[in-house]
Amino acid sequence: MPGEKILLLGVNHKTTPVEIREKIALTNGYQEPLAALKNFSGLREYYLLSTCNRVELLVIAEPEVAVEEEIFNFLFDGRVDREDWRRYLYVFSGQAAIRHLFMVAASLDSMVVGEAQILGQLKEAYRHAAQFGCTGPFLNKLLHKSFSVAKRVRTETAIGSSAVSISYAAVQLAKKIFGNLKGKKVLLVGAGEMAELAAEHLVGQGVGDVVVANRTLARAVDLAKRFRGNAVSIEELVQQLEYVDIIISSTGATEIILNKDQVKSVMRARMNRPLFFIDIAVPRDLDPRLIEIDNVYLYDIDDLSSVVEINKSDRDREAVKAARIVDEETLKFQKWYQGVAVTPTIVALKDKFEDIGRGELDRTLARMPELGEAERKNMEKMLAAIIAKILHDPLTYLKSESCAGRDNSDLKITLVRELFGLSNGDNGR
Amino acid sequence: MEGITTLLFSAVLGATFLAAAAYVVFFINQSKEVRRAARVIFLVSGVLQTLYIVWRYIQAGHTPITSQHEAVVFFAWATTWAYLSFRWRYTVKNFGTFVAINVFALLLISAISPREITPLLPALRSVWLPVHGGVSLIAYGFLSLAFCGGLMYLLLERELKRKRFGYIFERFPSLDSLDQLNNHCLTAGFIFLTLGIVTGSIWARQAWGTYWQWDPKETWSLITWFLYLIQLHQRFTVGWRGKRAAVMAVIGFASVVFTLWGVTYLLGGIHSYAG
Repeated sequence: MPGEKILLLGVNHKTTPVEIREKIALTNGYQEPLAALKNFSGLREYYLLSTCNRVELLVIAEPEVAVEEEIFNFLFDGRVDREDWRRYLYVFSGQAAIRHLFMVAASLDSMVVGEAQILGQLKEAYRHAAQFGCTGPFLNKLLHKSFSVAKRVRTETAIGSSAVSISYAAVQLAKKIFGNLKGKKVLLVGAGEMAELAAEHLVGQGVGDVVVANRTLARAVDLAKRFRGNAVSIEELVQQLEYVDIIISSTGATEIILNKDQVKSVMRARMNRPLFFIDIAVPRDLDPRLIEIDNVYLYDIDDLSSVVEINKSDRDREAVKAARIVDEETLKFQKWYQGVAVTPTIVALKDKFEDIGRGELDRTLARMPELGEAERKNMEKMLAAIIAKILHDPLTYLKSESCAGRDNSDLKITLVRELFGLSNGDNGR
Repeated sequence: MEGITTLLFSAVLGATFLAAAAYVVFFINQSKEVRRAARVIFLVSGVLQTLYIVWRYIQAGHTPITSQHEAVVFFAWATTWAYLSFRWRYTVKNFGTFVAINVFALLLISAISPREITPLLPALRSVWLPVHGGVSLIAYGFLSLAFCGGLMYLLLERELKRKRFGYIFERFPSLDSLDQLNNHCLTAGFIFLTLGIVTGSIWARQAWGTYWQWDPKETWSLITWFLYLIQLHQRFTVGWRGKRAAVMAVIGFASVVFTLWGVTYLLGGIHSYAG
């Protein structure tokens, strides 16, 4: 394959249990892994995104080099079993990779569709990669495009407002239960983006203390710092229930992390003061039967959105609209990319013809010294015309619109290059 | 004279009906003007109730709590003023609607009872009559407020647990404010109820020579008193609040109502001449 290949590899909250994601997640920032990737041969450009719900690597690689294996090893080796990662990892290439990136940027792949933080995280990840010199013209263009796609989705659909209204609904419900939120304590279980957003709203309403419980304490400490709160380990969850009033859970654990009996056991110590649980996680973190306990209230995302009267079908409709925008932008980008990919071949083809023509002309002219200036000019003109006429059809073929929207430019480039014996790979660029 | 009595009572009934109606309208459309009107009318109703009781006092020459009609009017009056008194301190959203309906229901019951002024029985000629009767009925007033609050709590709690966020969710105050309301009203009601029982006991000692003689009304008052005592005790020790407290407020009030009417009509006893 000529040109380059675009690959996106990653794991997210949908495909991978939190235990595995945590093993892959970058705990020490971007520097180290970005530096490690520099040593890989065959990577032209790359960038790495790591949030609590996903780890994704986007690479622009040399076409001939099989970089996948190396990257798999880099991501998983020693941390996850070989058989396991094949199951969890998703790999997109070409157009699908571009589309996935746009979906992520537009927050359509998030746990809470429409939450705005992912875009900030994406920009942050890009900034690191750019500073480190890992991105080039292609990724710069692609990532900037993803930001503008996200912006377009946000302005043209109501997808963003639903995430905001979900936090608003959480506040409404909390007020209906507690009256005044002053002096109430909130516990964030798992450090998800949506939990952060909801916590921000609650703090804005006067909630006093924020406690963060997370499997990895470092992340909990980070988040707690933002709210000037405390961090605790996830094992202390049940004890913490004695002191807090509002619990927002978004761990993305595959199992239920809090069951009915555990909560029931703390109600006496709490003197039956109400507990308000919000379960943002998909799949659920909290036993749905918690609501059977007196003075315990439990709501998930769908319940919260019904408070603010955005029903699921509305949200789905907005998501469909947003996905359409993403598809549209993916196609546009693809078209631009095809143009870029075809150009080197066109240049190479022209160069080759002109080289041959110039060579033959020079030799012929050398044997015919009797020709005057005017005749020489005429022969040069004739040669240029022949080259142009021969080139016309191949060039039209290369530049032609792809058939029925399918991307077959790679195929065309390969054919032309083979047919005319053009050298492969990057010397064409 | 009787004309004035009837007129005054009709005014009380009319004003209370208007207040309850205005509160219901407010509950439906949540208009601030309607609420202001409802509050004024309810205050007028409270004043008229006071005037009516004073008028009857002048007419009868004794505290008007000796007949069914008088006792229930006094009960309604106590509820109204218990509500108006703490309304100054804090407001509980849409609570007025429930209280106004409650008061109007009480006044309707009093309206269907015989209204003539009866001469005071010799046994009741005592300074303890207004003290014991008044204090007990004021206790009932606070307890009926706790009942209204408890009812609202249970309705809202049910909506929240069923995850329905519609009509009631929008209009009701927070669970916490209803719970606090219950706590305040139960505490005040319990104190008055205790005073009522103590004064009754002292009066009984004077009138009948014994502090306690297990007359059905006494027994039921004691049962009621114990119900509220358990509730208050549990709240302070293991934190009975929220739903359980609300259920207790409703059960306690049922016991109050039974003490007031059930005993008189079903069980009889020496207390039956009073309401």
